[in-house]
Amino acid sequence: MKTERRTTARSRRARLALYGLLCVLAVPFVFPTWWMVTSSLKPANEIFAFPPSILPSDPSFAAYGRVFEFAPFAAQYLNSMYIAAAVTVGTLAVSSLAGYAFARIRFPGHNLLFLVVLVGLLIPSEVTIVPLFQLFNGLGLVDTHWPLLLIPVFGAPSVLSTLIMRQFFIALPAEVEEAGRMDGLGRFGLYWRIALPLSRPALGAVAIFSFLHSWNLYLEPVVFLSTPEKFTIPQALTQFTDAYGGPMWDVQLSAATLSALPVLIVFVIAQRQFVEGLAHTGLKG
Amino acid sequence: MTQVRSTPPGREQSRPGGPRWWTARRRDHLAGFLFAAPQLAGTALFVLLPLGLMFWYSLHDWNVLAGGFTWTGGENYERLAQDPALPGVLRATAAFSIGLVALNLSLALVLAILLDQKLRGTVVFRTIFFSPVAVTLVAWTIVWRFLLQDDGGVNGLLSVVGAEGPNWLRGEATAMASVIVVQVLKNVGLNMVLFLAALQGVPRELYEASTIDGAGAWTRFRRITMPMISPTILLTSIITVVGSLQVFAQIDVLTSGGPGTSTTVLVYYLYQNAFQFHDFGYGATLSVLLFAIVLVLTVIQWQMRRKWVVHED
Repeated sequence: MKTERRTTARSRRARLALYGLLCVLAVPFVFPTWWMVTSSLKPANEIFAFPPSILPSDPSFAAYGRVFEFAPFAAQYLNSMYIAAAVTVGTLAVSSLAGYAFARIRFPGHNLLFLVVLVGLLIPSEVTIVPLFQLFNGLGLVDTHWPLLLIPVFGAPSVLSTLIMRQFFIALPAEVEEAGRMDGLGRFGLYWRIALPLSRPALGAVAIFSFLHSWNLYLEPVVFLSTPEKFTIPQALTQFTDAYGGPMWDVQLSAATLSALPVLIVFVIAQRQFVEGLAHTGLKG
Repeated sequence: MTQVRSTPPGREQSRPGGPRWWTARRRDHLAGFLFAAPQLAGTALFVLLPLGLMFWYSLHDWNVLAGGFTWTGGENYERLAQDPALPGVLRATAAFSIGLVALNLSLALVLAILLDQKLRGTVVFRTIFFSPVAVTLVAWTIVWRFLLQDDGGVNGLLSVVGAEGPNWLRGEATAMASVIVVQVLKNVGLNMVLFLAALQGVPRELYEASTIDGAGAWTRFRRITMPMISPTILLTSIITVVGSLQVFAQIDVLTSGGPGTSTTVLVYYLYQNAFQFHDFGYGATLSVLLFAIVLVLTVIQWQMRRKWVVHED
């Protein structure tokens, strides 16, 4: 009886210490986002107030209006949205088809061809950015969105997605396709009607990866785009500078908030599928 | 031949009336090629072709502004060997990659272990630690540049407790450390989630059995946890190492490679040469170097798998 009480007391202390540790560790993860959102509502002079104010004394959306005055931010936002959506859909199609073929169809040379595709993991587009630029330059596609659409969907970034899909399809038991074969489904039918509906966790992980990858893409827009109306958000965010090249903090933070908050809110709402989708792919090893 | 038998009997014959060579097996092979075709074409066009062109360009003198594309053989490589800036660039690259991988993997493991304890509310903390992954990369970096300014939020917080912080992004050592920490905080949630999934996959009976045998917490961690999650550690370390060599946006926004060239990593140096100095020939040569480094590191890690990855699926 006595020892039991002592262990519960000790375990309660341990639990409190653990919570304390987690809270301290959480600060650098939460603080920047909190700071970004609240500072975007402060007038420029309050952003640098000492000591820093945790909440804006007089919240105002004035800087948000100026975001759209100084740059074609609405167009840039739309660019990022449609490019990320198209890249996500395209990657889902390309990598699930290829992943299915490499996992379940024994066509001649499938192992060798899969190894060739895996080479892409070793060659991130940063490595080949010079020839890629020249390639699209030759096709007259510099300062268009095509490189930002084609490279992620078909190039090196999609290889990880194909790997995830293949690992998932390999694990599907053969019996689930037998029934479909009896019903006379061809290969595409088996893929579309049976394999795809069963692979929702893997598709979810691939969708998240490819959306975030496209949404965050920075080197490619900087290299390929030169017209501000064609910019995507990451590149646009760095352009909010005053006449002397110094950043306009309040406007920049408002634009940053606009770019980050919608995705973050979707994440918090859907975080269970988000996190578990990632964890339950072949990536777990 | 086994493939013929593995297809169901009804599909082995050709269609009545169709040509004899057009068997179900051939049709299945065609389907396989067609399914893989977009990825294969993409690999050929956007991975292998640029890779070949990269080597080809590196053998030429090619300034885009001056025009001209002349064969110079190994001259770019001689220049690479004698480039006075290169040792510094490689040092910065090594410092960044080693710092990032070490901090990222150890912090991810610590966070995963903390979240693996039977505690109420761990989902909240998991969400918090993972949330920067969902924040736009450049937005996250801009906020940190702002926080790390001399009169920014970090030093503001330090002044509240009476400490005086340095001008983080203007000192060589603190600039490199800042870039590493900002990048780790952004992405450590990914590795944390993967580690957490691996930890939860370790059979509880193993722990119970060893506790009965009198093993302490540290022994249990070293003898059971580490071996059981070693495949995940290998995979995340490969992804993190290759990822650390690709970091560009963070450097560009936080420090532009400075102060001096103290945070000019190889990708950034390559970008400067190719797209700011318009020297495509030398840019391609630096790409070859970057490719070689990625290749060597991946092969080394893959070899290490035999040594310390204990169980494999």
